[in-house]
Amino acid sequence: MKAPRFSYVRPESLDHVFRLLAEHGDDARILAGGQSLMPVLNMRLAQPSLLIDINRIDALKGISHHDGCVRIGALARHVEVMSSPLVAQRLPLIAEAMPHVAHVAVRNRGTFGGSIALADPSAELPACILALEASLVVESVRGRRTIAAEDFFLGLYETARAPDELLLEVLIPEHKRDHVAVFMELSRRQGDFAIAGLACYARCAGALVSEARLVYFGSEVKPTLAKRAMAAVNGKAWSASVSEAACAALADDLDPIDNSFGRPATKLHLQRVLTRRALSAAMERARLQ
Amino acid sequence: MSLEEELTVRMTVNGERITRPVPVRQHLVDFLRTELGLTGSHIGCEHGICGACSVRVDGAVVRGCLMLAVQADGCDVVTIEGLTETGEIADLQANFVERNALQCGYCTPGMLMTAAELLRQGKRVSRDDVRIFLSGNYCRCTGYHAIVDAVEATLKARGV
Repeated sequence: MKAPRFSYVRPESLDHVFRLLAEHGDDARILAGGQSLMPVLNMRLAQPSLLIDINRIDALKGISHHDGCVRIGALARHVEVMSSPLVAQRLPLIAEAMPHVAHVAVRNRGTFGGSIALADPSAELPACILALEASLVVESVRGRRTIAAEDFFLGLYETARAPDELLLEVLIPEHKRDHVAVFMELSRRQGDFAIAGLACYARCAGALVSEARLVYFGSEVKPTLAKRAMAAVNGKAWSASVSEAACAALADDLDPIDNSFGRPATKLHLQRVLTRRALSAAMERARLQ
Repeated sequence: MSLEEELTVRMTVNGERITRPVPVRQHLVDFLRTELGLTGSHIGCEHGICGACSVRVDGAVVRGCLMLAVQADGCDVVTIEGLTETGEIADLQANFVERNALQCGYCTPGMLMTAAELLRQGKRVSRDDVRIFLSGNYCRCTGYHAIVDAVEATLKARGV
């Protein structure tokens, strides 16, 4: 179908965006890469009165590094993140996730900030930034604030960003040398929506695992930090039985969605399969480091 | 800039500079097809799943149905018509014919646009890489083998 009628504005400055958002709030939608917004409009699942096209605002672009942190501008396109040497060196978890983020033509337009602000339950990047304890910088006419990733994702497509706020950038602590990152996902074809997925970031000293963060996505309404599974592995020397304990704990951490991709029991099973694979991959990577 | 429902856009399409008023809600492929008569880019699903509408904007292949025509203001747009005219993928097209890499042909322009980007990268890739690169383009006839064959044959002939 075709998109419904809307007004369109392409501001040249952040201040103009903030003013428009203050005035129109929920009636407006921010158009970044458009790779999720345009399908929603074409299918008439939303009828915003105004699209605010932020693509010309340079302040939202770029990937940089300072003080042990990588800054990814909200408008950085997936293709830029995927081909960034900075991301490859300092954010191996995200580098491993990028090939799973949609298909080439979508990656050429879609943006890092758009994926995070939308918070699609099957999206890879929200899970990665939650695993890496990133911070999100948002701003409105009321001022600027920083939100921890753990406080950002509230529910299905629901985030802590207020309707008048714009996501400016994501600040991600760079990969720690004594840590291992593993990203895994199951989907029908590579690039399709995830059925189950796991972003794992853990400190490994020999076989001893600590500070492990396990974030599950795809099966859940939002990226989910699996605290009980994490407790089952942290402070333990890795073994098959530790891995099984984490898998058992997942039943209490996860509450999989029932939809056309599978029943909750199927998805819990798939997340356990990924957990075993990811933990053993983490050990293998730690051994090679 | 005020709030608009129609805007004038200037862009280069297949090497030709054009200026046209467009309704802001019109997506790029509708604009190319209905305003410019460039019907080589096809409309399949119209929500970014099938890839039949793939076009090149500022050197990168994109979903033509997921970009508004007004967003292409100031851009360099190349459709399958333009790509064919320049001869950039003449060898790929010959290989599509040679391998029977199409049946109904509906997905073919999108397949060629996407494959053209892979060819331009000039990287050595495996057969699996070719499949993954084309994974965002649906074909309901061929079962993909012949398409992957044609792309692989072109890569090989180009010495990549």
